[in-house]
Amino acid sequence: MGSPVPTGEGSPGASVASSTSPGLRPPTRRGTELVMLSFAAGLVTLALILVELNQERSLSLRILYLGLAYLGLFACAHLAVRRWAPYADPVILPCVALLNGLGLVVIHRIDLAMEGTVFLDGSTWDPMAFKQVIWTAIGLLLFAATLKFLSDHRTLARFGYTFGLVGLVALMLPGVLPGFIAPEINGAKIWLRIGPLSIQPGEFAKILLMVFFAAFLVSKRDLFTVAGRRFLGMDLPRARDLGPLFAAWGVTVAVMVLQKDLGSSLLFFGIVLVLLYVATERAAWVVLGLGLFAGGAVVAWKLFGHVQQRVANWQDPIARYEVVGGGYQISQSLFGLATGGIGGAGLGAGRPEMIPEANTDFITAVIGEELGFVGFAALLLVYMVFALRGLRSAIAVRDSFGKLLGGGLAFAVCFQVFIVVGGVTKLIPMTGITAPFLSKGGSSLLANYILVALLLRISAAARAPQRATKPKPQQPAIADQHTVMVERPR
Amino acid sequence: MNTPLRRVGMAMMVMILLLLGNATWVQVINADEWRKNAYNRRVLLDEYARKRGLITVADGTVIADVKETTDRLRYLRTYNAGPVYAPVTGYLSVTYGTSGMERVENDLLNGSDDRLFARRVSALITGRDPVGGNVQLTLNSKVQQVAYDQLTAKGFTGSVVAIKPSTGEILAMVSTPSYDPNALASHDVNAQAAAWKQLTSKDANDPLINRATQALYPAGSTLKVLVAAGALADGKNKDTQYTAAGTIKLPNTQTDLPNFNGTPCGPGPTVSMETALAKSCNTAFGEMAGQLGANKLRRQAEKFGFNESGLQVPLPVETSTLGPIPDDAALYQTGIGQRDVQITPLENAVVAATIANNGTRMQPYLVSKILGPDLKSIDDTEPDEVEDAMSPANAAALRDMMIQSEINTGGEGRLQNVQVASKTGTAEHGAKPLENKPHAWYIAFAPAQKPEIAIAVIVEDGGDRGLGATGGKVAAPIGRAVINAYLAGR
Repeated sequence: MGSPVPTGEGSPGASVASSTSPGLRPPTRRGTELVMLSFAAGLVTLALILVELNQERSLSLRILYLGLAYLGLFACAHLAVRRWAPYADPVILPCVALLNGLGLVVIHRIDLAMEGTVFLDGSTWDPMAFKQVIWTAIGLLLFAATLKFLSDHRTLARFGYTFGLVGLVALMLPGVLPGFIAPEINGAKIWLRIGPLSIQPGEFAKILLMVFFAAFLVSKRDLFTVAGRRFLGMDLPRARDLGPLFAAWGVTVAVMVLQKDLGSSLLFFGIVLVLLYVATERAAWVVLGLGLFAGGAVVAWKLFGHVQQRVANWQDPIARYEVVGGGYQISQSLFGLATGGIGGAGLGAGRPEMIPEANTDFITAVIGEELGFVGFAALLLVYMVFALRGLRSAIAVRDSFGKLLGGGLAFAVCFQVFIVVGGVTKLIPMTGITAPFLSKGGSSLLANYILVALLLRISAAARAPQRATKPKPQQPAIADQHTVMVERPR
Repeated sequence: MNTPLRRVGMAMMVMILLLLGNATWVQVINADEWRKNAYNRRVLLDEYARKRGLITVADGTVIADVKETTDRLRYLRTYNAGPVYAPVTGYLSVTYGTSGMERVENDLLNGSDDRLFARRVSALITGRDPVGGNVQLTLNSKVQQVAYDQLTAKGFTGSVVAIKPSTGEILAMVSTPSYDPNALASHDVNAQAAAWKQLTSKDANDPLINRATQALYPAGSTLKVLVAAGALADGKNKDTQYTAAGTIKLPNTQTDLPNFNGTPCGPGPTVSMETALAKSCNTAFGEMAGQLGANKLRRQAEKFGFNESGLQVPLPVETSTLGPIPDDAALYQTGIGQRDVQITPLENAVVAATIANNGTRMQPYLVSKILGPDLKSIDDTEPDEVEDAMSPANAAALRDMMIQSEINTGGEGRLQNVQVASKTGTAEHGAKPLENKPHAWYIAFAPAQKPEIAIAVIVEDGGDRGLGATGGKVAAPIGRAVINAYLAGR
């Protein structure tokens, strides 16, 4: 998959789609998607049954409910894709279905283990699986709506600055609002509490800002490559073109550090860097960005106690095992992974409830413990297939905005997985961030379903037969920004 | 834009590969390090799912059993006559780990020992649950019970060790105060915690310590048999004359070394070694040690098993030592078992057993057989001759002197039909020896001419006699009762 040329040998349908032969309708591959969705549904149901058996429970009505809800939801999602994006990539949705389904099973599994637990403050364990099914339903609704109302992803580019502003506000909101509406949970101030609902606006801001960056970079793309001064062998763009970008980036990082959400901060920075690189095709940006990151990381480490704590926990979790906020969580994760070994303890037969936050940030550790290295590797590969199919669509799509946005979205998924799984397995310091589609949490799920809808929309644009090339009376403003560029006075 | 997008794709694959590589490290290559970490309780929990092997005593009585339960930890460890055997069996606790035999024979009991490999494979093929091997101890249930009853009847803190001189089999190993390991093995975490809190509280007097192997005491006058053995090996005999003075000055000091109550050892200026031992005269033995010299004394002690670090029976045994002996004054004090002499009750029993066994020291051991789950013997322990600590002639001479010592010793429970060879000790300890209640010692073997049992008894802090306690009054009756129980039950 290193060189996803449209005529890839693995998917003949895609090759037909991208070769523009008028009159010949390429296969939509929706049947393939349905078969793979059924396969995913089968795996998830099997996983659920395994959990129930290993927890020595009789097959209760609850399984039936969860299983059917799951099947029904994705059948609807499939129909939505069939209706509104018939040429969408057939692999992405099944990958998502498998991840989401496995997430539901593991969340249910943690519920079983924690059932009846009374915490120190007297509260009892609150079952999460049912809520997560509801969130999945809402997420898929949002997914379908996005497909229906966004018939062309290029429309988004028109609202680039609006999205950027809204995204920024959403990102900053929890940081600036008072504690009763934006409480600090586990040290991070990233939630908004509205009645019974807790939402994480940052998850949505991620997508909004990505749209902004993509639109902005496409519109200014030529400036970055042309109008620069040379400095140390690298071409630098003019400050006034870069200004908005660095301002947005600076605010983002500052807000993240103030909200103590290191994971999102790292994720966001990585995305900006990749978008910049793809837009300009210049490695110099990556070098500059990594330098910036290294400097920022050292400064953050020097300045903030919570950063030092994370780094210390990463260096030697065992030494800090009994320290409050120390290495207990990461140690438990590693114990689970190591005890699971190659084959795993079996779904429902491990002891993942010993890991704090087992159903959110550390959910991949549960999978590693119970499904072993084999299952863990499979999970990572599903993520990789998902992300690479997204990237492939970005490469195949014809417009620059689509390429940039698609590439950014695909990278975002992969990078987020790297950050959270790397943290869980002690490859990098742990930063609180959710595993896409697996972790408990509504905001993350909804945002990621929008992300998938966008990717499918871009992939549909890439694979759909091109309409007859007649000049359109009104071109989208930014999609062919280079003409605007020519008119721009120097 | 496609070239940078492809490079981003490469970067994504590298990230996933890094995660896979790290997962391989954590879950496969380096898994043991995390799996075996003391903080990792998952392995222990898994062990509960397997039927653990039994611990039995010589006559087949089960002292550590398993009971199947309906809770999540499938098998419950139960201890019959728990406190009697607790110092040997130790405990198996979900929260607090293991101790004693449960710890040192853990691999065998939980079935992971290499000697059980063939049986594990067959269990795998036949589909039966693998079960642990059984451990049969050398302990004699009657002697153990009597020793325990003797110590606890008056609430003594102390220890009794009985050894079969000809083989080194440990017939009894008691330590008081003891505890009920059932409380720690409970599957009720709160009950465990309550028991643990009580057992580790300050008033509990360290019940979790096996005093027989883990506690080091001043040897007191029982060390005189060792000094006498050294003198005999140095060419002296039972008629060699030593000072009979009631008090002498330690060499090069103004400090007195008095006999018990300052009484002269005999009517004349000198007494024989035999009389000195029988009357336990400090002045004579100070002089005897002085003549022998520190090196010869130390060598004799080592022949009896002093300075042997890392001894395992297979319970780990603390190393008994004579201490540094920097000068002659220290040598004199060492000669009466004071100063820096530190000895475990087990080692003192070994000294008695070695003399009883014609001077040949046998390796003490607790495990007579390792049995497979099917109760077939896998491994029998063979008696192991360590070395000749004394010549048979000298051993016989020393035995005769110890017979005189027994005749000279007061206390209750003198055996009528059996000749006992013994030595008492009243060991001073602490910073102000005359204000601290002394430890009462008694080492003995019987029948003197054809020894079948050798014992060491220690009662801490004078037992019920306070400052006036002596080995003869407090410890000897216990030792005699233990000997009687064994010889009567043959």
